[in-house]
Amino acid sequence: MAKTLVWVEHDNASVKDATLAAVTAASQLGEVHLLVAGAGCAAVADQAAKIAGVGKVHLADNAAYANALAENVAPLIVDLMGSHDAFVAPATSNGKNIAPRVAALLDVAQISDILSVEGEKTFTRPTYAGNAIATVESSDAKLVVTVRGTAFAKAATEGGSGAVEAVSGPSDAGLSSFVGAEIAKSERPELTSAKVIVSGGRALKDGATFEQVIFPLADKLGAAVGASRAAVDAGYVPNDYQVGQTGKIVAPEVYIAVGISGAIQHLAGMKDSKTIIAINKDEDAPIFQVADVGLVADLFNAVPELTGKL
Amino acid sequence: MKILVPVKRVIDYNVKPRVKSDGTGVDLANVKMSMNPFDEIAVEEAIRLKEKGIATEIVAVSVGPAKAQETLRTALAMGADRAILVQTDDEVEPLAVAKILKAITEEETPGLVILGKQAIDDDSNQTGQMLAALLGRPQGTFASEVTVEGDSVTVKREVDGGLETVKLSLPAIITTDLRLNEPRYASLPNIMKAKSKPLANKTPADYGVDTAPRLKTLKVSEPPVRSAGVKVADVDGLVAKLKELGVA
Repeated sequence: MAKTLVWVEHDNASVKDATLAAVTAASQLGEVHLLVAGAGCAAVADQAAKIAGVGKVHLADNAAYANALAENVAPLIVDLMGSHDAFVAPATSNGKNIAPRVAALLDVAQISDILSVEGEKTFTRPTYAGNAIATVESSDAKLVVTVRGTAFAKAATEGGSGAVEAVSGPSDAGLSSFVGAEIAKSERPELTSAKVIVSGGRALKDGATFEQVIFPLADKLGAAVGASRAAVDAGYVPNDYQVGQTGKIVAPEVYIAVGISGAIQHLAGMKDSKTIIAINKDEDAPIFQVADVGLVADLFNAVPELTGKL
Repeated sequence: MKILVPVKRVIDYNVKPRVKSDGTGVDLANVKMSMNPFDEIAVEEAIRLKEKGIATEIVAVSVGPAKAQETLRTALAMGADRAILVQTDDEVEPLAVAKILKAITEEETPGLVILGKQAIDDDSNQTGQMLAALLGRPQGTFASEVTVEGDSVTVKREVDGGLETVKLSLPAIITTDLRLNEPRYASLPNIMKAKSKPLANKTPADYGVDTAPRLKTLKVSEPPVRSAGVKVADVDGLVAKLKELGVA
């Protein structure tokens, strides 16, 4: 049976949800081994070992791995791939940064953003901003894949009893260093794991209006807040709010699009949502072609009224 | 410092791609083609570094069909100094492109290679990272700010929760994200001037690279379509729907 090595997404304290979909994808390829690479991350490995279906957890605890710099962790993964058949990473910014570096060092083609596992070496993946789905088969001896989180169910966080095994790898490559991060802190749920998302578009006029209109509705519903690329480019909200092909790919239970016309770019990021609700004053807006429930109305009246009535 | 900027000719971002009825790919016959938008941002960043006096020469490279010359001429019209076309009619996967770029990088010894983070046709998001791996150089992916100081470059990166800053030793590989800059349009005089800038013609064989694909495309299909649902008359109708869905 093939052995897979799954990149565990974490912050040196706990396992991030994106890992769970990658575990599900890997379990369709073979035995699931995990890699927890970080610094002072033993607790992460213990938590990861409990994920259902996990066979073994490789714990690489080294200051050089603290911030998942690709230059430092790729050689570690390449070492471990000596005894694994597939490297599987969630398509997070870390996964997208690291996996191709690993693939090139192994001299294999990477399969990005897989949507399904069709066979031992066959996968589907989106191309052309999700407008064409390609079924591809690898001819390489080893596989390197990244996994679209919204396309696979999340593995259960309890029930597994993997053995944690410490591994060591190459130390700091001396090519790069971590300077700092500006990570937005929010009381609201994370976009990629939220059950409900309220997103605003360019029609919100400016940052202050966006906050006044969208935030109260999101808070009433316990929802995450998203935005279209137009709203982000116009500076209403920071870039990490962006839902779309070049932003975050989301698939919540309910997605509420407020003042979003529905450009292809945006639809590519949210069309797998279970229920899509659109509020837009233009009844011909393309968003209504994908929405399950539509309300043609001026958002500046409709959204406050909706917030008030919930 | 010399900067190398690889560019790709792709379907124009305003064109809606259509899957061929026989499921072999996307129909590109008589479709408008342009420079990959992320690569335009890469060209622009290189030009800005030259305008700041940091870069001395900008070399644009494309791996693709004869018509990729047009894409290179666009880069030259924007402000690149010369161009290299590595001509092939085959579809070249990111790994093989990275191998060709590695050979060119070793020949040209640029201080920076700036690439788009992904091409909007295959959406792979791999070439820059692969090139960095093959060269054993650092990578600053998904850049939203690039600052060159002495023998290092500081890159602000767009990551899942916000922004991250890394410092890389030069030479380094950078891939661009959307908000790095707004690319300029080439002026008519510059488009005319670009016609006389040098453009070298090469083939993958010149660099000793085998471009045989590692992935076989078995099928290309349309994504499942969502059908339009119902319209509600007013906010009360919406409240009722949200209650039905159990979220209100």
